[in-house]
Parts: sequence; structure tokens; C-alpha cells
Amino acid sequence: MGQTRSMTVRIGGGQGFYGDGKAGLRPLLDAGVDFLVCEALAELTLAILAKDRSRDESLGWTRDLPLYVATALPELLDGRTRFITNAGGINPVAAGRAVVDALRAHGVTGLKVATVVGDDLRPHADSLDLPADAVFAAAYLGARPVVEALDAGADIVVTGRVADASLFLAPLVHTYGWAWDDWPLLAAGVTVGHLLECSAQVTGGNYSGDWWAHGDFTEPGFPIAEVEADGTAVITKPAGTGGVVSFDTVREQLMYEVHDPRAYLNPDVTADFAAVQLEDLGGDRVRVTGAAGAPAPSTYKGLVCTPAGFSGETKVAYPWPDAEAKARAAVRYLRHRAEQLGVPVLEWHEEYFGVDAFGGPTVPEPADEPPEVLARLVWRCGTAEDAGTLHREIGMLGLGGPPMVSPFGRGRDGRPSQLLSLDALAVDRTMVDASVRVVVDEV
Amino acid sequence: MTFVARLQLRDLCGVRSGDKGNLSDLTLFADDQAAYEAVLAAVTPEVVAEHFGDLVGGPVERYEVPNIWAVKFVMADALGGGGPRSLRSDNLGKTLGGALLRLWVEVPDEVAAAAPRRGRRAPLDA
Repeated sequence: MGQTRSMTVRIGGGQGFYGDGKAGLRPLLDAGVDFLVCEALAELTLAILAKDRSRDESLGWTRDLPLYVATALPELLDGRTRFITNAGGINPVAAGRAVVDALRAHGVTGLKVATVVGDDLRPHADSLDLPADAVFAAAYLGARPVVEALDAGADIVVTGRVADASLFLAPLVHTYGWAWDDWPLLAAGVTVGHLLECSAQVTGGNYSGDWWAHGDFTEPGFPIAEVEADGTAVITKPAGTGGVVSFDTVREQLMYEVHDPRAYLNPDVTADFAAVQLEDLGGDRVRVTGAAGAPAPSTYKGLVCTPAGFSGETKVAYPWPDAEAKARAAVRYLRHRAEQLGVPVLEWHEEYFGVDAFGGPTVPEPADEPPEVLARLVWRCGTAEDAGTLHREIGMLGLGGPPMVSPFGRGRDGRPSQLLSLDALAVDRTMVDASVRVVVDEV
Repeated sequence: MTFVARLQLRDLCGVRSGDKGNLSDLTLFADDQAAYEAVLAAVTPEVVAEHFGDLVGGPVERYEVPNIWAVKFVMADALGGGGPRSLRSDNLGKTLGGALLRLWVEVPDEVAAAAPRRGRRAPLDA
């Protein structure tokens, strides 16, 4: 085992987005990973972080970062694992500071924390001709600054917008000294990174085959890549965890959001996934070989985010009969109401859902039409005030719209809502009548 | 002589879908070479564009990935403006793969007969 470990770098994919489950982390660390890599940033995440930062300049990073660090602390402290993450979002400096604060709070000394900055494009706003109202602008950096941080002995590396796969390539370049123009090896590393960057999505999550036949997702297996110096890798997961690693789950992830599979653009290399060979070894192990590579694009990919108005939204549900007709009529009513009120809606969007919320399993399913329809109406306005106006108008549908409208449920956005019990009782009339009084005021 | 069978893509392929900006990026996965070729023949970019209609505003590009029997479609202007801008509940296009699996196609009889996913359904208590 010791010999195998010295010839293989083990990388764990501990996070696939901001808000990912954390149950998979401990099994990964217990299984032993030389590097724990946590990928926190989707395009949508950056937009969410921009909203955070606009409220508070010290935000703009994914705020569960200290929790990740705390989870990995035992392994970090005894040098078994190093931790790499792009949780810095659009404010890596603040994120790095948060990590240091968290370590101090745990009474930790002797760990090196590196922060990678420079992806922020706002200092170059003029030369890039960025819009004046840009809420963030960032370039997707490659693996080089992360390698520099690891070479400098960092136990924890916090970055901003480093490309997802490059976070995983970095420890391989650091360990094996791969050259920055060795395209096949860099492509092999990016292939590994791409396979691990979405955590459980390579170990059975979102698997479109017989997803129901592969164990318990209350204990998801997060992925591990065992990578050799020649770029050969095996994708696997900790023993005893849920999910599955197979030819199918790996190829689905290989193709995920890559655009042209023969030219997957990454800041470090252009990878050809059509050259990759996947061999299912059984036992939740898939060998990955053969990635081809070409020089990286001459430019970095940048992303600029500008305000696009405000949305409002409401949902209203009706049962059979004529559920769809009623739902559509309710939506027409709300849209008409916006016109009457002069609410300047720039864009409408309608959706209609439904299976069996109201009938229950013993009520026969209607043969010719949906048993119910939930309408979702969304609108976009230039200002938050306009977008908020229409919400009140749904009240009219309670007593004045199509028949049998469903009440609107409890609590919005999953926020807790207090439940109250009501009980009816019989009351002695004389007792109450004795205290009934009429008070008349003249003004 | 080759006979053709009509079946829904659900019975022939796996799928995974995601986004990049306002692009929908989804891939069909066949289970062997013959099924892969049948998918290539039946599911052209034109067929996909027609299937999605107004859901997809821009052109549909197709990429062939024979090493893993995958056929990828990248559809432009497909997500109502992209993640942080879209009004759709599925602002990331994650469900569009399911919508594509509803497509009916004609494939050689032997491909349909050999399809391991054919008739495979999730139990309700999965």
C-alpha cells in the first residue's frame, strides 16, 4: 500500500457547487486523499456572490468555506491532505482572511494559507471597455498560480475564479512536474479535473440510467481520482458509500457542459475528450486514459455581469375538472391586471405543472386531462418596486377567479413558518352575554 | 431487408444536460455501436430544433463522440437568457434532457430489440 501511494496521487472531489451536500466529505478524508479539491463556482454562483458583495464589501465568497476547512482540519494538521478551493468567488482576499480567522478560532498554528488573486477584471475596466454598471467581471485563471502556491508549501489554497478543472490539474503539475507545454499530460489532468469537479455527479448523481438501483444517496460517495505520473487515472469512490462509478456514470460526466468535446477549452490546455478511453474495471473503478491535448486558447475567458432588472413570481393551482383551463384563465387574469394597473412588465413567463397533489391515490385518475395544474407565472420589470406590485393581485383569485383554487400553501422559499392549532368549543351563553357591551362615541 | 421500429429515445439512450450562459448543452448516450449509429441517423440537429420549437431560439449544433457512443447537442439561446437572468424554473436547462428523451425515432428492428434500457422503469418507491 505504501508503495502504491508513493506512485499515485489521490485527489478527492469534495464539492461541486456552492450549497453542495457535505456528507460525502468525511468518507473522502477517511479513505485518504492527498489533495481535497472543492469547486464552488458556477456561473450562477458568481452572480449570487455579486449580490452578496453589493450588500457587504467583505462578502462575495462562498460562506460555507470555514466549514469545509473545519471538516478537513484533522487531515490538514497532520499533513495527510492539502486543500484547494475556488471558494474565494469574487472576493478571494476576504475568503483567505476568513480561513485564517477560522483556523485561529480553532487554535490552529503552523498551517500555510495561500490566496490567489488577479482574476478580478475591474482594474482593467477601461482597456476592456467594461459596462459602467458591471457588478463583477472576472477572468478564468488556469492552474499556474495554484501550482505556485503548492510549490510554496501552502496547506490551503484559496482562489477566486480559477477554472474548475484547473484546480485539479494543479496538484498533478505540482507533484509530477508536468511541463506547461506537455499537452497530452495537461489534457489528462484536465480530464480528471472535469470528471471530479461536480462531486457526486460522476458517482451516480444525475445518472440517467437505472439510477434507482445503486444505493443510498443519504450517504453519497464523492469521487476520488488515483492519478499516475503518465496521466493514467482511475475514478473511484470510498468503499461503503452510496452511488456507483461505472462506464455510464463517468461518460455522462465527461460530456457535461463541455460544448465541443474535441476542443474543451481550458486556460491550461485544449483537451480532446473524443480521444479518451474509459475502461470499467468493476467494483466502482473506471480507468481513464488517452486524453489528447492541444495548446490552450490565446485568451482567457472572461465573464462580466450586469443588472438585468427584477423578477416577481407567483404560483396558483387548480384541480380537475378543467384544471388547465382554470390555471390559464388565472394567469390571463393576472396579466390583464398588470395592464390595468399600468405595471411595466418587460417579459412574462408561464409554466404549468401537475400530477396528484389534490386527489390522493384512491381517487381515479382522470382519463382525458391532467388531474390538476399548477401555474407558475413570472415577470420581469425594470425596478424591484414594479416587480413587487403584482404579488398582491393574486388575492383576487381566492374568491373572484376560476373555481376551486387551491390555497397557497405555507411559507415561501422554504423559510420556517409558525404552525398554529385551532380547536372549536361550546361556550355557555349567559357567561359570555354578561360581558357583552356596546360603547358609543360621538365625534 | 431492414425493418424499422418506432420507439421513444427514453428507451434507447441515457442523457445529461446542463448550461453555459444561455446555451443548453445536452448529450445522448447510446449503449453500443449500432445504437450510436441509429441515433446519429435519427437525431439530426434539424430534428432536435424542431422538437424543441420555441424553447430554443438559436441554432442547434451536433458533436459526434464515437469513443463513448455519445451525441452532443449545443443549443443557442435556449435558457431564457441564462442562469441568473432567466425566468424559467429550470433556468439551467437540467430538465431539457428529459424533454429530448420524449422524442420518437425510427431505428432498425435489431437496435430496438437489443436496447437494454427498453421498458426499464423506475419503481415508484425507488
